Amino acid sequence: MKIWPGQFLAAAAGAVLLAGCNQSASPGAGGDTIKIGEFASLTGSEATFGQSSHRGTQLAIDELNAGGGVLGKKIQLLTEDNQSQAGQSATVVRKLISSDGVAAILGEVASSRSLEAAPICQQNKVPMISPSSTNPKVTETGDYIFRVCFIDPFQGTVMANFARQTLKLQNVAVLKDVKSDYSLGLAKFFKEGVAAGGGRLAAEQNYSGGDKDFNAQLTAIKAANPDGIFVPGYYTEVGLIALQAKQLGITVPIFGGDGWESSSLVTIGGAALEGDYFSTHFSPEDTAPAVQNFVKSYQAKFNETPDAMAALGYDSAMMLADAMKKAGATDGAKVRDALAAEKNFPGVTGTITMDAHRDASKPAVILEIKNGAFKYVETVAP
Amino acid sequence: MTEFLQQLINGLAFGSILALIALGYTMVYGILRFINFAHGDVFMLGAFAGFYLAPKIAVVLPLPSIAGAFVVLGISMAVCAALGVLIERFAYRPLRKRPKLTVLITAIGVSLFLEYAGQFFFGAAPKKFPDILPVLPITKIGGLSLNSNQIIVLAVTLILLLALRFIVMKTRIGTAMRAVSFNPEAAALMGVNTDVVISFTFALGSALAAAAGILWAINYPSIDPLMGILPGLKAFVAAVLGGIGNLPGAALGGIIIGVTETLVSGYISSTYRDAIAFAVLILILLVKPSGLLGKKEIEKV
Repeated sequence: MKIWPGQFLAAAAGAVLLAGCNQSASPGAGGDTIKIGEFASLTGSEATFGQSSHRGTQLAIDELNAGGGVLGKKIQLLTEDNQSQAGQSATVVRKLISSDGVAAILGEVASSRSLEAAPICQQNKVPMISPSSTNPKVTETGDYIFRVCFIDPFQGTVMANFARQTLKLQNVAVLKDVKSDYSLGLAKFFKEGVAAGGGRLAAEQNYSGGDKDFNAQLTAIKAANPDGIFVPGYYTEVGLIALQAKQLGITVPIFGGDGWESSSLVTIGGAALEGDYFSTHFSPEDTAPAVQNFVKSYQAKFNETPDAMAALGYDSAMMLADAMKKAGATDGAKVRDALAAEKNFPGVTGTITMDAHRDASKPAVILEIKNGAFKYVETVAP
Repeated sequence: MTEFLQQLINGLAFGSILALIALGYTMVYGILRFINFAHGDVFMLGAFAGFYLAPKIAVVLPLPSIAGAFVVLGISMAVCAALGVLIERFAYRPLRKRPKLTVLITAIGVSLFLEYAGQFFFGAAPKKFPDILPVLPITKIGGLSLNSNQIIVLAVTLILLLALRFIVMKTRIGTAMRAVSFNPEAAALMGVNTDVVISFTFALGSALAAAAGILWAINYPSIDPLMGILPGLKAFVAAVLGGIGNLPGAALGGIIIGVTETLVSGYISSTYRDAIAFAVLILILLVKPSGLLGKKEIEKV
């Protein structure tokens, strides 16, 4: 990370120098490198997601370059930090496209920030692959926007089925983040799934991302006496919610989506999270050889076990490279067509097929928090 | 009924932390007639002082323990008291004779400086505040869940309020503070060293903010350099609500805002929480422009 500003300045200077003579060439393919832009939340409230995703992406690019690059050219990854703040993604993506001239954009974890960048990529006809934004609206922006993860309806429905069938819950409460498109999307499809399965919604409460005190909402939920609580939020708040729920004497299981997946979740929530569940994209405990190879090289490079965000970051870069190879060019329209045609792509997060909505069709994994670690429970196919 | 009482306790615990921050705003206003917008960030620094101190204290005293927690609280308060004095000495004192607006803008500058210096030195990602207080089993009284942290928050707030009242009403320096607040020129003529009194006021206010920071972090153990913005703003509102410049008013204002917000989140919707809390402020100020316990100031012509 320390060399980042230098690389960035060099890339910006290069872009300025090349601007005059690069008009007719394929975008991002000036010289002997292919430029790919990445925007990520490297700092701020979702920093651990951004960092993981970035590391996975970086690993994929390094492996591709070690194997001779793509179309005979090395890939250069230009990474911009949006500090987890609203408004920043649009700015940095505009910069990556117009001044750096990247061939494609990779990012973001949070749906609300991917939604900021997607219209800009669409207007400029630059293919964008979101590694892990699960809100349906992201790819609805236009035909240049793809993702390598499953979408909210699937995750919300999976957790509704899991609550009804595996946990045998009858009467569930929902506590959602009204500031986040991701949380609202998951909650909507979870409620529909529960109602379709004959379950009852005991209570529904809201919070705003960044809140620290959830005692009021949890007290109201406790009074409704549910047998489980669905919290489709991000780890910073979920940790605090679990702590405060236990302090109020709430003992029923709490469960959520992939927004929980971060080592910071257990750092903040600690023992209060024991026996809680969440759905996600990937488990390093999966014994498939592709997964184990990825886990091994990730551990060797970063000295930690990869999480789902890292695996998805890796898959997003690998799929982009695959599409560029199949297209035989870095031209936006050709890469777009190749991405839309991806079928049974062997990703580390499962076999990915692009559907008509440019969303990945692939399996989901459910994990339980046990002794402070994430333990694999079951895999649910679409 | 049980649920209502539970919400009331939640609100009191949240409100008493706001009350501690509000006291700092109101004290500085009482003496200098300006709003120290950097006060919310001193609250943040208090939490971070505790974050960095706890591992050091743990070497000498076992943590989590009540004694250890009080040592962390005490030292963090002392650190922030010193910081408060430094901020006043270097940012506000050189501007004392300038228009109040200049000092106000400087306060916003100091606030931004602390927030972004905090992001630079501590990192922007949220940190887990260490467990410095043993978590006792939940006490149940007729269906009410009282957790040990909430009881500690209420107890520490009460002790600090009583201590503050003693300092302001019964000590020499407290008498001097009241004199300067009443009329700085006359107090100076009577031999009160106003510089010392102002430094002391900042030290006292900052120490209370640090205590609020530690209590906040014990209850909501995820801390980051921007954590002071919203509580700071709400505490400022609490101070205005209670009548700015009035100490019991600030405490009362904090509790009213805390309880209102909790009840609105619990019974109406957390989405309207802030809107309703601010509507309450507007209503009270419409009826009583000087705040609940504020005194009407006579405009001298």
